[in-house]
Amino acid sequence: MLKIIKYFLLDILNNKVVLGLSLFFFIVSMSLLYLDENQNKAILSLMNIIFIVVPLISMFFSANYYWNSYEFKEILLCLPLKREKIILSEFIAVSLSISLSILVGLGVPCLIFGAETNIYYLILLAVILNISCVALSMWMVILTKDKSRGLGLVLLMWFYLTMLFDVLLISIMMNFSDYPLEKIVLVLASLNPIDLCRISMMLQLDISALMGYTGALYKEYFSGSGGSILSLSILMLWIIIPVYLFVKKFGQKDI
Amino acid sequence: MIEISNLHKAFQKLKALDGIDLNWNKGEVIALIGPNGSGKTTLLKCLLGLVFPNSGDIRLDKSSIINSYQYRERIGYMSQISRFPDQLKVVELQEILTDIRKKNNAQLDLDLFHAFKIELYKDKSLKTLSGGTRQKVNAAFAFMFDPEILILDEPTAGLDPISVEIFKEKIKSIPINKKYLIITSHILSDLEEITTRINYLQDGKVKFDLSMDQLIQKTGQNKLSKAIAQFLSSN
Amino acid sequence: MKNDFLILLGLLLFFNCSNANTLISNKTHSIKEAVRQAQCGDTITIDPGIYSEGNIVIDKSLTIIGIGDCILDGEGKFEIFTIQADDISLINLKFQKSGYSATNDFASVKILSSKYFHIHHCEILDSYFGIHISNCSYGSISECKIIGSPDKEQNTGNSIHIWKSDHIQVFKNFCKGHRDGIYFEFVTDSYIYENISSHNIRYGLHFMFSHSNTYFHNKFIENGAGVAVMYSKNVVMHYNLFKENWGPSSFGILLKDITDSKMYGNQFIKNSAGIYMEGSNRCIIENNLFKENGWALRVQANCNDNEIKKNNFINNTFDVSCNGSLVLNKFDNNYWDRYVGYDLNKDGVGDLAYHPVSLYSVLVEQNPAFLILLRSVLINILDQVERIIPILTPIDLKDNSPSLKYYKFND
Repeated sequence: MLKIIKYFLLDILNNKVVLGLSLFFFIVSMSLLYLDENQNKAILSLMNIIFIVVPLISMFFSANYYWNSYEFKEILLCLPLKREKIILSEFIAVSLSISLSILVGLGVPCLIFGAETNIYYLILLAVILNISCVALSMWMVILTKDKSRGLGLVLLMWFYLTMLFDVLLISIMMNFSDYPLEKIVLVLASLNPIDLCRISMMLQLDISALMGYTGALYKEYFSGSGGSILSLSILMLWIIIPVYLFVKKFGQKDI
Repeated sequence: MIEISNLHKAFQKLKALDGIDLNWNKGEVIALIGPNGSGKTTLLKCLLGLVFPNSGDIRLDKSSIINSYQYRERIGYMSQISRFPDQLKVVELQEILTDIRKKNNAQLDLDLFHAFKIELYKDKSLKTLSGGTRQKVNAAFAFMFDPEILILDEPTAGLDPISVEIFKEKIKSIPINKKYLIITSHILSDLEEITTRINYLQDGKVKFDLSMDQLIQKTGQNKLSKAIAQFLSSN
Repeated sequence: MKNDFLILLGLLLFFNCSNANTLISNKTHSIKEAVRQAQCGDTITIDPGIYSEGNIVIDKSLTIIGIGDCILDGEGKFEIFTIQADDISLINLKFQKSGYSATNDFASVKILSSKYFHIHHCEILDSYFGIHISNCSYGSISECKIIGSPDKEQNTGNSIHIWKSDHIQVFKNFCKGHRDGIYFEFVTDSYIYENISSHNIRYGLHFMFSHSNTYFHNKFIENGAGVAVMYSKNVVMHYNLFKENWGPSSFGILLKDITDSKMYGNQFIKNSAGIYMEGSNRCIIENNLFKENGWALRVQANCNDNEIKKNNFINNTFDVSCNGSLVLNKFDNNYWDRYVGYDLNKDGVGDLAYHPVSLYSVLVEQNPAFLILLRSVLINILDQVERIIPILTPIDLKDNSPSLKYYKFND
């Protein structure tokens, strides 16, 4: 399996896209950290960008790569290799290369400027979010028959996760505002990896204080060492479940 | 022995395979022929595990190959349309395949590489090669690991006459009695020298399954195309 | 510090009593004994050492000065000084472990019905109440360090507790780790300045029914619930620092029923709410800095005629929130870092009005659970849309002439 991951990785790195991505992240974080004398504000701006851009890039890139590497997969599939291994290798290679570009593009400027620990937590979240989005997107793409439909579904998914989901959340909170919603909202927010990351990050910046009782409840769940572990493990589920689904689906898919 | 029993496969409403029953023995050279869309490629893809049949089974030496993968180390496959990853160079693909597939101290069969002079383009990326050249590369890879089961889907399509001859010589040179050879082609004249058995598919069904000798006997024709035409019209 | 000391010594000259002998306590080996022997107007100096003498009642005008390290220990059982006399000065004394009682307000120093008291340069550690003053006038507490180490709000009193007094000066003190740092009830005409009050369990400063007081150059940092001031009028607060009062029900300052007061030149930094106003009228809030607060200003709908002008608003999660649509307060000439208008005539004032209440802050005000959506893409978009076409936010709540320049206050 390592061999297959290696060949996928070589193939991806051959493509200059990953280099471009690293450069993009590098320039964005460099300029934010350089321009903002206030690091807290820089974190917030960086967070806004990361939680929009990282899912979009991860999803679009992996969907596109799935189709670009289709011929390569065909060749591999005729070899005595387990299908599950092939698709898992592709998943690992794709998420590894984007994670790498995030780590380099965001991490290096932070090291240069000596950023505070919150930024490193943000980078960790960005990496996990990226892996989760790659998994989701590969699932979408394997579910569909052709490239354009796959990309369409992936973009829809991104739109849903970044915006539509929050619209639903708002309408639920508006319509049922007479009821104690805290716990329900908490559970609902876990149904979206982007929201989960955002909330986890907000609580790291101790925004919970603004929420009174609700905030105390959220903090208990999502922050502190126990809460971080909980939110990180829910995020892990957001990786494991889609991976399971697409591996299974790919195992039964006609090429 | 490859036993295909009651194989069905439908793509949405289109029935690509509609109850295929075939037994292939070691030492046979099977010519899988039939009109476009008769299910030849689907059958081969089922054999390779690229496509999953809706029902039925394929057994190789008594064990089912559905959802198995180990058996593929015995297969060499030359696909109908030689699609390759764009960026890869010939030599790189060769390295990858060797890396994944080669058994310790097994001898690689590079005859076709030399015969087709593939060394000349080994540093070119597969994208830049012409269709015919790609087909040559494809053929060379199929034979490279000296597989027990050779599956050749339209091998001669796109090859120039000289290359076709080289290719046929290569097939004749391998020890047939230890191998399974399954070839599809529309160019029947290419097949008649080497094939021992004809499987004719139509609309996902086996129209006839005869050895070359039987076919010649029954029709009195020794040209394959004429023999088939006559057999089909007389039935 | 030296000057203050001289002033205080000078004040001694105004003592009412005619005789002014000096007694030294180590001659008597007991403060109690020294107090008993002393006559009105005497000065007692105390040599270094630890004095555990239970409750010491002082009922005559005295000046008590510690020479070096003299520690008065309440052993966790007693109130140390109970003073019921005019013209009292306590200088350079150290108190520790005054008793705790659920029924009595035991303090290290308690002064009852006194005029002209001065507590200077004293240190009070681990006490229930630090300094407890009631029904006094014309006194000062200066340069004292009052530090407690409580675990619960119930187990501690206030650092400086003043009740029903007037003309008091509280300055340059350091109050830490009590229930309230500085507590005033029915205190008038007093000055509170250059104190530092931090890490108190409840409020850094807490006053009620205390009119016409002036607070300046104080620092209130990391108190459990910030600062709460209530039911008072003619309060002047300037150049104070309210910082890092961060918690679910914490404020930089809570103004409850404060009227006709002025706040200028203060800094509100990293508080969950910079100013929380409730039932406050005719206050002028000017030239303050609001930076990195959760809410810079939370104005309840029962506040009228307040003027908020020429302040800086920077990096606050919410600039202003409001729980009603009727707006009776005036915002003018403030600098808002979120303002995106233009200034065609180059007069330094934006040509478009700024609406400091965002749609999202309205939603959050209605239901705090909405905070879970903070900084989501959707909220950013909704806020932008609402800014162009206001539907839910109060249209009248606006700054008609927002400053484009950040005010540089000379502090």
